Amino acid sequence: METAVRFDAVSRIFGDVRAVDSVTLDVHEGEFFAMLGPSGSGKTTCLRLIAGFERPTSGDVNIFGQNSTNIPPYRRPVNTVFQDYALFPHLNVQDNVAYGLKISGVGKAERHRAADEILEMVALGGHSKRKPSELSGGQRQRVALARALVNKPRVLLLDEPLGALDLKLREQMQSELKALQRQLGVTFVFVTHDQGEALSMADRVAVFNDGKIQQLDAPQVLYYKPQTAFVADFVGSSNVLPPDMVARLTGRSVQASLRPEAISLSDTGLEGVVAEHSFLGANTRLKVDVSRTQISVLLPKGAQIPNDGDHVNLSWDAADLHVMAGDNE
Amino acid sequence: MHSKAPLGLKVAAGAGLLFLHLPILLIFVYAFTTEDKSYQWPPPGLTLKWFAVTWNRSDVWEALTLSLKVASISTVIAMVLGTLCAAAVARSSFFGRETVSLLVILPIALPGIITGISLRSAFNLADIPFSFWTIVLGHATFCIVVVYNNAVARFRRTSGSLVEASLDLGATYFQTFRFIILPNIATALLAGGMLAFALSFDEVIVTTFTAGQQQTLPIWMLEELVRPRQRPVTNVVAMVVVLVTFLPILGAYYLTRGTDTVAGQSK
Repeated sequence: METAVRFDAVSRIFGDVRAVDSVTLDVHEGEFFAMLGPSGSGKTTCLRLIAGFERPTSGDVNIFGQNSTNIPPYRRPVNTVFQDYALFPHLNVQDNVAYGLKISGVGKAERHRAADEILEMVALGGHSKRKPSELSGGQRQRVALARALVNKPRVLLLDEPLGALDLKLREQMQSELKALQRQLGVTFVFVTHDQGEALSMADRVAVFNDGKIQQLDAPQVLYYKPQTAFVADFVGSSNVLPPDMVARLTGRSVQASLRPEAISLSDTGLEGVVAEHSFLGANTRLKVDVSRTQISVLLPKGAQIPNDGDHVNLSWDAADLHVMAGDNE
Repeated sequence: MHSKAPLGLKVAAGAGLLFLHLPILLIFVYAFTTEDKSYQWPPPGLTLKWFAVTWNRSDVWEALTLSLKVASISTVIAMVLGTLCAAAVARSSFFGRETVSLLVILPIALPGIITGISLRSAFNLADIPFSFWTIVLGHATFCIVVVYNNAVARFRRTSGSLVEASLDLGATYFQTFRFIILPNIATALLAGGMLAFALSFDEVIVTTFTAGQQQTLPIWMLEELVRPRQRPVTNVVAMVVVLVTFLPILGAYYLTRGTDTVAGQSK
């Protein structure tokens, strides 16, 4: 498998802010790669480094084996779907989509045919002559996607493309994007702050915080075996047990993560007091105070729900307690 | 909100408009009078002969050509510099940006007489002889402001990611300017240019200070008021000035109207 994008100790510094701090990563050709993190974590800057809108302060960005540090955006084999779509307001949908082809010298009839074909693929056939201002948010999103894909990029960059859509449309677009990526085989690099989106769509996820990659793994690994407290909390809303508690349980003084749904109530085990409970439909979430730590427990439907203030005992499979090798501060 | 205005208000508004526009109408009427010594009212008769007389007066033609040339060249200079300046101020942040923005607008906020005097002494100090080009420079100072103001407003309303999107789709910076930026700011530029042209065409004060022996049309008219010969010729020229300045302003109004939506903004 060829490497589509490689970051080699890339940093991007704005003033005294290290937006991207010595990031090294590989994106494989044909994979759906997600960059996940809270706002300001450096994920969007990484995307802009691939697109060529930013230059690294230090380190190298390679695209298909070519050092791209000094290659301008218009000569890179990548295309971007922008967060605000950035559709050209003075052009109709067809001319928006055909813009890249026009620039590369494709004739009018040919590029209009290609534009209509790809618009058909994103279910926007018959909208060619409309102006972007006459479309709904979801339709604009599809036009932006078509405009990028029509150029047959080797890497498609997506900057929070679903952020502006409502929940139902977002879920629909998630599965459509995933299907489209499978069908075309194009490498997707997808930036999002929504961990559900990243986990459900991506083959691999890079979790960003403070300009650094916290962990780069498949969704299942991130979820069940987080390496740092940040990943445990941000990706899976997992419980992070402090070293002193883990020391009492296992004898090793390290941080450990414990998934809320892995915990059950029993007669023996860790003692705690129920602080609050909330009904979530299929589950009920308990917050249980155990010494100075609050542990979140997800009880399945049908389980006995204790009252707030009740003393409970928490137990779990020893295998579910995941000791974190990462930061132990 | 629409509501019926009381009669008194309507009358007052009508009277105000009459007061503003009746004198202009009078100027037009006197362009057709047969009596040119004392501007008698009502005109004893109407004639078109003053149009022919004006047509044959070489001083009118010289003044008109000079004014048109000055206005055109100042407008072109203002459109280039004003657009570049607007692009810099609207698109990037740099040290002293707000100051630059203020300094660009200053010439139109300053009384024309100050601009005129300061330019005159500056030209004197630098030993630049007064000529066609000193008039153009004087006019360009305030023409830039009009273009800049129009362009900066449009730049601010045009989403910055449009430029990145164009680059991303393979267009060079020049292609991006040609295919994306220009179409989006064209109407604002045209409107700014028309206003600049109209401003320059009827400018008196700065011209007085920056001209040598040349007479632009407004200066020629002032001169005619003091030493009239064939008085209605001035009225005919006044009609021309009104048309030449009014039409571009009307055009600018129609071009910028209805462009309140933000270009490239997603709703």
